[in-house]
Amino acid sequence: MNAGALITDESVALLEAIDLRKSFGPTPALDGAGLRMHAGEVVAVMGPSGSGKSTLLHCLAGILQPDSGQVLYRGAELSAMSDGVRSELRRTEFGFVFQFGQLVPELTSLENVALPLRLGGMRRKEAESRATEWLERLEVADVAAKRPGETSGGQGQRVAVARALVTGPKVVFADEPTGALDSLNGERVMQLLVAAAKDTNAAVVLVTHEPRVAAYSDREVVVRDGKSREVELAR
Amino acid sequence: MSIGLTLLGLLETGPRHGYDLKRAYDERFGHDRPLHYGQVYSTLSRLLRDGLVEVEGVEAGGGPDRKRYAITGAGVTDVHEWLATPEKPEPYLQNTLYTKVVLALLSGRAAAEVLDVQRSAHLRLMRELTRRKSGGDLADQLICDHALFHLEADLRWLELTTARLNQLAKEIRS
Repeated sequence: MNAGALITDESVALLEAIDLRKSFGPTPALDGAGLRMHAGEVVAVMGPSGSGKSTLLHCLAGILQPDSGQVLYRGAELSAMSDGVRSELRRTEFGFVFQFGQLVPELTSLENVALPLRLGGMRRKEAESRATEWLERLEVADVAAKRPGETSGGQGQRVAVARALVTGPKVVFADEPTGALDSLNGERVMQLLVAAAKDTNAAVVLVTHEPRVAAYSDREVVVRDGKSREVELAR
Repeated sequence: MSIGLTLLGLLETGPRHGYDLKRAYDERFGHDRPLHYGQVYSTLSRLLRDGLVEVEGVEAGGGPDRKRYAITGAGVTDVHEWLATPEKPEPYLQNTLYTKVVLALLSGRAAAEVLDVQRSAHLRLMRELTRRKSGGDLADQLICDHALFHLEADLRWLELTTARLNQLAKEIRS
């Protein structure tokens, strides 16, 4: 994409959503939701099922187009970009972790993690060398040669986190990243995800309905009936 | 928690001076609330009076910290019984938050706000505990997890109550 269009001034929010509205048929999923985040911040998006939190994440990531309102990434409006530019932005600047890793079943863990780099045109050797580093960092180097069906849920999710971070994204979108894991595995995945994000100064949008997962964030935004709300407590 | 029984339990591993006992307690169970020396010595003198500990030796120099305390047979029996008896589960029926929500609804104030502010306060504490847990040893992790699970239970109640606010408002105003 045209990187010149992106503002890198620290005072401008890295990612900002303003008054987003989005309906699916007659049902409003977002009804004036907003969010503002800076580099290195982990923000939990909380709220009951059906409150609109996943729709908010999809709009923020440019996967869905809001009916009205704006999403600004470094000051540039996502809806003003062509599909091609938006896709490239998602591949180079954003990383994604979903509830079920959504790894490519035919590829090994190593190939899955190297995939975003290969799609970006990196040579296999270098892509796999970087992928190996991330697998080591996520403590799953031992399953590098295994396919998703041959690993445990916890291992698979760590591979998915490695894949999300391998391109050095500025924003990681994590939608219920521990939803399919037991407590211990879920905690380890959160620890590793947040530590890696902090190390690389990536922001994390963490959609979760679990308070113990949200506790890994720096602050929380609550979505209810399509509206977002942030409570500021006195210290 | 009974400090007397906890000190007795620590003495069961071997006789100690009051100072060592305080240190062992603080290290394992004190966390944010270390014992005061006064508390240790007053507890020990009560245990002594009740025949649950005895003074095994006194070093020259006098003063309470020169005595070495040892658990007695009666003390061991008390510790054994304490460990074998379940703690009474907390029924959690006295709920200040529920009272606040009902009063907010009765007075026409924003009850959702009461719940939102509480959620934020709970999450703030959960963040602190999560940070402490991440940098801590296994003992820290277990203590923090205990607190985190309780706070999580409160938060689940907050969410459920938020979802039922309209229904509750109708019921208490009818």
